Amino acid sequence: MNTPKAFHPLARLLHWTMAVLILAMLFIGVGMVSTVSGKHTWLLALHKPLGALIFILALIRLGVRLRFPPPPLPDDMPALMRFVAHASHWLLYALMLALPLVGWAMLSAGGYPISLGGSVHLPPILAANGETFAWLREAHRYLAYLLFVTVLGHMGAALYHGLIRRDDVLPSMTFPSSSSPHHADELPPP
Amino acid sequence: MTDPSSPSPSHQPWRWAVIGIAVAALAAAFAYVAGWIAPGRLTSHRIVNALQDNSGVYPGYRRNHAKGVCVAGYFESNGAAATYSKASVFAAGRTPVIGRFALPGGNPYAPDSSVPIRSFALRFSLPNGEQWRTGMNSMPVFPVATPEAFYEQLMAARPDPATGKPDPKRMGAFFAAHPEAGAFLAWVKTAKPSASYVTETYEGLNAFYFVDATGKRHPVRWKVVPEAADDAGTGPQAGDKDYLARDLEQRLARGPQRWRLLVTLGAPGDPINDATKVWPADRHVIDAGTLVIESEQPQDSGPCRDVNYDPTILPSGIAISDDPLLPARSSAYADSYLRRTGEEAHLPGTAHAGSPSEQPR
Repeated sequence: MNTPKAFHPLARLLHWTMAVLILAMLFIGVGMVSTVSGKHTWLLALHKPLGALIFILALIRLGVRLRFPPPPLPDDMPALMRFVAHASHWLLYALMLALPLVGWAMLSAGGYPISLGGSVHLPPILAANGETFAWLREAHRYLAYLLFVTVLGHMGAALYHGLIRRDDVLPSMTFPSSSSPHHADELPPP
Repeated sequence: MTDPSSPSPSHQPWRWAVIGIAVAALAAAFAYVAGWIAPGRLTSHRIVNALQDNSGVYPGYRRNHAKGVCVAGYFESNGAAATYSKASVFAAGRTPVIGRFALPGGNPYAPDSSVPIRSFALRFSLPNGEQWRTGMNSMPVFPVATPEAFYEQLMAARPDPATGKPDPKRMGAFFAAHPEAGAFLAWVKTAKPSASYVTETYEGLNAFYFVDATGKRHPVRWKVVPEAADDAGTGPQAGDKDYLARDLEQRLARGPQRWRLLVTLGAPGDPINDATKVWPADRHVIDAGTLVIESEQPQDSGPCRDVNYDPTILPSGIAISDDPLLPARSSAYADSYLRRTGEEAHLPGTAHAGSPSEQPR
């Protein structure tokens, strides 16, 4: 079995699409709960269908990842760094799938209609219960903060690979070249 | 390193700076949107803080309209509003309703005579998971038009620590600066606390749109008008602070209580973003059907307890107007809902009653 040098094009398309959607979702979520302006209404209306979309894309992405294994990390990465890299990626997957489900369960427990736009509604997945709502609502908040911090770390690590280590990790998710190494030419001389 | 010609990281401070700035900028943008580094911005949290600062914290209770009672029944639509709204609740037929009568204010032990306003909240459960929630009040107009003015009013009404009552000078200064409150002040001057919940007319106050089957939007305001017009024989007894709940119990023991749901159609030019202004009396009114209330339950165990009567939860066929109070009500109600359900659930960091199972809510 030959090892890929870069992520599959479909994996890259999903990654960058979801990067935009998830960042937008985190900002929509934290903004809509605090604002009392007219933004509250449309942000809230956007948050639910966007969450459903992210959940579906995350499932597809998980399938793509299992079907097309990602390129291995550089051999010279320290063991701790490799562990953090792998753990943070699985944490990202877990949160991408968990947050929409917790949101759905939370709205169910709160007795809210779960509107995806117009008259399209998801059925409740839990019985209405105020106390369950409160736990899930806070879980949704803190899992979202955890996702945001993980995304920040992910972005910082990607830039570390691209700017400091200048290895093949960042190009493997952006514009991999068939010949490697090539990246030294892309950056201005230090 | 894969490239042996790369200088060591310590020789590249600007590269580290780029990483640091990128991460910090994204984190700062998040904190700004969350309102954490924008202390001047009005948020749902600040409004609810002001409400509970004024009335005190009563764990498990709504932060406003804290004293109330659950009711249940149905809406019998006659089909008359179906021309203007495609919502299934207006097709001829029945829709189940869970409602709540309440007093404005955050004190769940306030005497019923302490305020001349009563409120009526309804949740209509439509087929296919749709809902229509509305919170109505027994007054013709709201005192202010914007969430900012509402917050100022809460600040002005903060009890003076010396007297325990709002400072009349500050309230006077607030109303002098807010002439839009004139219609409300004129009404409240002669308003009397009613002896019954069921003899009151409850107004939706905010304007909404009905959306018909062709997608055309019709500006509307709604109210429920009682069939019971008198409160003879059921007036409060001296010293009874909770006469409204007793009256309701007695009346429902005799039979269901009914209201007409009246929908007023706005004409071009009628204000749809200002709850301080009434529409002219000659506007076309649709009698959409009868709201029938059959039973009541205590609010600490009844079906309305865990319902957030957010007036922006609407079925397809009703839409919010650009009244700025509506998104603010939605946002603040959600904050209040999380506080009180969090207290019920004993979430870490929430206030809770000494023995919640024995305390009335």
